[in-house]
Amino acid sequence: MAVKTRRYSARDVTVLVAGLGVAIVVNVGLVWGPTLASVGLSATDWTGIGPIGWIGGRNYHDLATTYPPFWSAVRNNVLWLGFLGLVATPFGLFCAVLLDRRLRMSRLYQSALYMPVVLSLAVVGFIAQLVLSSDYGVLNAVTGLHVDWLGDRAVNIWVVMVAAGWRHVGYVMIIYLAGLKAVDPALKEAAAIDGANERQAFFRVVFPTLRPVNVIVFVITVIEALRAFDIVYAINKGRNGLELLSVLVTENIVGEASRIGFGSAIAVILLVISLGFIVTYLAQLFREEER
Amino acid sequence: MDHRPPLSRHTSVPSSVPPSVPSSHTISRRSLFLGAAAFGVPAVLAGCGSGEPAQKAGGGSAAAGLGTVTLGSNASDEVPKKSLEAQLKAFTQATVKVNTVDHNTFQENINRYLRGTPDDVFTWFAGYRMQFFAEQGLALDLSDVWRDIGGDFTQAFKDQSTGVDGKQYFIPSTYYPWAVFYRKSVWREKGYEPPATLDEFTALAKKMKADGLIPIAFADKDGWPAMGTFDILNMRTNGYDFHVQLMQGKQSWTDPKVRQVFDTWRGLMEYHQPAALGRTWQEAAQSLAQKKTGMYLLGMFVAQQFPEADRDDLDFFTFPEVNPAYGTDSIDAPIDGYMVSAKARNVDGAKALVKQLAQASSQNIATKLDPGTLASNGKADTSGYSALQKRGAELVSKATHIAQFLDRDTRPDFASTVMIPSLQSFVGKPDEIDPLLASIEKQKATIFR
Amino acid sequence: MSAVPARRRLRPARALLHVFLALVALGWLLPLALAVYASLRPYDETARLGYFSLPEHLTLGYYGEAWTQADLPRYYLNTLIIVVPAMVVTLLLASFTAFAIARLRVPGRRTLLIVFTAGNLLPPQVLITPLYTLYTLIPLPAWLSDSQSLYDSYLGLILIHVAFQFGFCVFVLANFMRTIPEEINEAALVDGAGVWKRYWRLTLPLCRPVLAALATLEFTWMYNDFLWALVLMSSGDKLPVTSALNNLRGQFFTDYNLLAAGSVLVALPTLIVFQLLHKQFVAGLTLGATKG
Repeated sequence: MAVKTRRYSARDVTVLVAGLGVAIVVNVGLVWGPTLASVGLSATDWTGIGPIGWIGGRNYHDLATTYPPFWSAVRNNVLWLGFLGLVATPFGLFCAVLLDRRLRMSRLYQSALYMPVVLSLAVVGFIAQLVLSSDYGVLNAVTGLHVDWLGDRAVNIWVVMVAAGWRHVGYVMIIYLAGLKAVDPALKEAAAIDGANERQAFFRVVFPTLRPVNVIVFVITVIEALRAFDIVYAINKGRNGLELLSVLVTENIVGEASRIGFGSAIAVILLVISLGFIVTYLAQLFREEER
Repeated sequence: MDHRPPLSRHTSVPSSVPPSVPSSHTISRRSLFLGAAAFGVPAVLAGCGSGEPAQKAGGGSAAAGLGTVTLGSNASDEVPKKSLEAQLKAFTQATVKVNTVDHNTFQENINRYLRGTPDDVFTWFAGYRMQFFAEQGLALDLSDVWRDIGGDFTQAFKDQSTGVDGKQYFIPSTYYPWAVFYRKSVWREKGYEPPATLDEFTALAKKMKADGLIPIAFADKDGWPAMGTFDILNMRTNGYDFHVQLMQGKQSWTDPKVRQVFDTWRGLMEYHQPAALGRTWQEAAQSLAQKKTGMYLLGMFVAQQFPEADRDDLDFFTFPEVNPAYGTDSIDAPIDGYMVSAKARNVDGAKALVKQLAQASSQNIATKLDPGTLASNGKADTSGYSALQKRGAELVSKATHIAQFLDRDTRPDFASTVMIPSLQSFVGKPDEIDPLLASIEKQKATIFR
Repeated sequence: MSAVPARRRLRPARALLHVFLALVALGWLLPLALAVYASLRPYDETARLGYFSLPEHLTLGYYGEAWTQADLPRYYLNTLIIVVPAMVVTLLLASFTAFAIARLRVPGRRTLLIVFTAGNLLPPQVLITPLYTLYTLIPLPAWLSDSQSLYDSYLGLILIHVAFQFGFCVFVLANFMRTIPEEINEAALVDGAGVWKRYWRLTLPLCRPVLAALATLEFTWMYNDFLWALVLMSSGDKLPVTSALNNLRGQFFTDYNLLAAGSVLVALPTLIVFQLLHKQFVAGLTLGATKG
């Protein structure tokens, strides 16, 4: 310690303290502080106006016992995670591997796949209506079916997950593509000389070196699944089979309803699940680093 | 509650304002007089001075007007926006600065908006949805404005503008009734007649089905249109008073009377357009316009989905009688209008503005530009009404009770987090009534504490 | 044109690859193409015939209408006022923090990195209510915010974007900076360069590709955000362009084809930015992958 501090002049220390200080104040003040406050609010019956009454765990109790959308939201978030993790993410990786060779028009393919990522809420919701409306939508018109894609609780969550996957694939693809570009070509050549076919070369040689990228993609997938919000919100505000935890929070605390305490309780549950993943992930990341 | 409005004007801001004009005269005259009388002068002037700045803007000179009033408006789409702009043109007492936020966002944000930095005047809805915010102390008492404009409005409008404390907090602008709409040409061709009772209604629906029409257009993707069906069935079956009490959380949802409503509804379900939960009301209205469906229970705004040329072909009847005890005495006819926020900076200007917007002349502009609305002011000129508007006004005048629509008659948290999902659940599975009603009642208990 | 002759012979596998990728790309673009198609047709027509039908009339009129009716120029400007400073500040603050964490061995750096990174991963809805209350309580001078508080001000939105996005950038930049050879630092130390100089003159220039990649991503995210604006703004004329689209959605009548035109216009800037920075984006987004 003594050696290190000697290296820094007084001016250096000032610069460091100022820079990091601002970062910490902004981060703690605007992100962690409010988060902790929400945990506190979840034990109250606050409506946003008037006095704040302490009610302990009653919101959590009500949530689990009398609020039907809650459990469907939990179920949907789990499905969402499964779908993104098992279908969309691997497909994104697959596309990235295909695109990671000297292909003509590669850039065009990349742009096409990535395009949904940059679209905003309103566009995606509108496109969903365009394609999936049971009376006027393109899908029914083309297939001759009469399926209520968006209104039937048995099918709408699957359809929407495909739409979510539509966006997720491009995202994952671009990240893996970046990772693959960074892999030393000599490695692949060495594998080829050893007589490995392309698949073997990928799984035995390339994939293991992608480990850091894999970790990031894993986190992004988990977070996207837990934070999933805008597609269902644009389609029907996340009701009728499309409930998600993030939407229920929004519905209760952002909308006119203003059930701040109750909504905060849902937010806290979402927070606990997220933190579970975040901590596991970060712990692993740093254990690795120590090696 | 015992507080009678006429004599008590206890909100501090308004009481300081009206006397200000005469008193500023007295002050100046007296100060002149005292100035001549020497000694006491500085103290008296200082005392007066503290009360004066607020009056300068208003009382200074009549020509300068009342300064600037801000108006928070949810009229974001073309027609309502133009209508409001036209109405504001006639207002010369103050400069109006309009803050337009799209309708949906405005509604979502209302709580934060009113607690944060609200505009002086803002667009809102009558009934419980107004009372809810007035009760929280977020709205300004407009009883004195009502004393001036009251003569132009019927008691029903005044009631819908009155808070639980008996004071008025709302200024009605336009409204629109809900009824069952149909295309005259289709009905003429097939020989259909407007039904007077539920049995006739069912028989008519059956006949339409046999004729290859989908009898009742229906959509509930956005969650609120089904509320209209619930409202009218409940009012027809159990009467207005029961409906209002149910909305205010004073009746049980597991009451057999409520069950009866859902039973009736379920009986009608086979005549409703299927796959309603994936359809927007606009799409349902289009099916009516394209003669694929026979009739549609909706607000008068359905007219906006019809091309100009087809609008004369649109007609309606009020939902038929279900229980002879109540006949067809009640309808939904939500009123849109204005409130003044408790935090208003320019109270004089705000009150002048809402008074102007309440005038028949303002509302004539609104009903002319927007064919789906009616004027709330009794002195408004109805000669310019379209045939549909005339029929609408007639319908409303015949109704003994006017409800505001489910999401305006009950707590906003109950309407959005309980009723929307519950009604959608019913529409999806009409047979599971009892568990649904039990669930609503349980959730109600966590909200109306 | 100058392709090597050997690559011109398309092997069947390669042809198959192209067919597959072309199909996927087509599938990905089709919904967007439909939106554009709808934006070129009158509402009456699509309402009558459905969206999957041959056109009777095609018109660019909706674009003009969306442009003026939604007042797009003003909202683009709002977005610019919010997103550009937010992006610049985020990258500056994050790169300095990452520099301190990755290169300077400041005490507690691991805790800091965990706190910052985890903060970015929180669901934004968790923060809303306390953040709103906090914002209404922080006064600002009138020249900075006409609401005289952080609530309903550009600055408020900029701050929350910075606070929320900063964690991710720190994470990515710290990972990248670790891969910069230690010798550069050592050499600078011998020269006696101060912390600021080592950050600004020696480290930052090497981070250009990552910064470009992050700028693209952050631009997209901040540009598309509507939640913060929804919650922390109350003046309609200060909202970012994503919210302006809602002005095309009526209370009772929504012309979806007009909305489609508006959506296309609103989506254009992010598409353009991505196309412009595409090369740097893919090259820069190494995210700490091991380089050979």
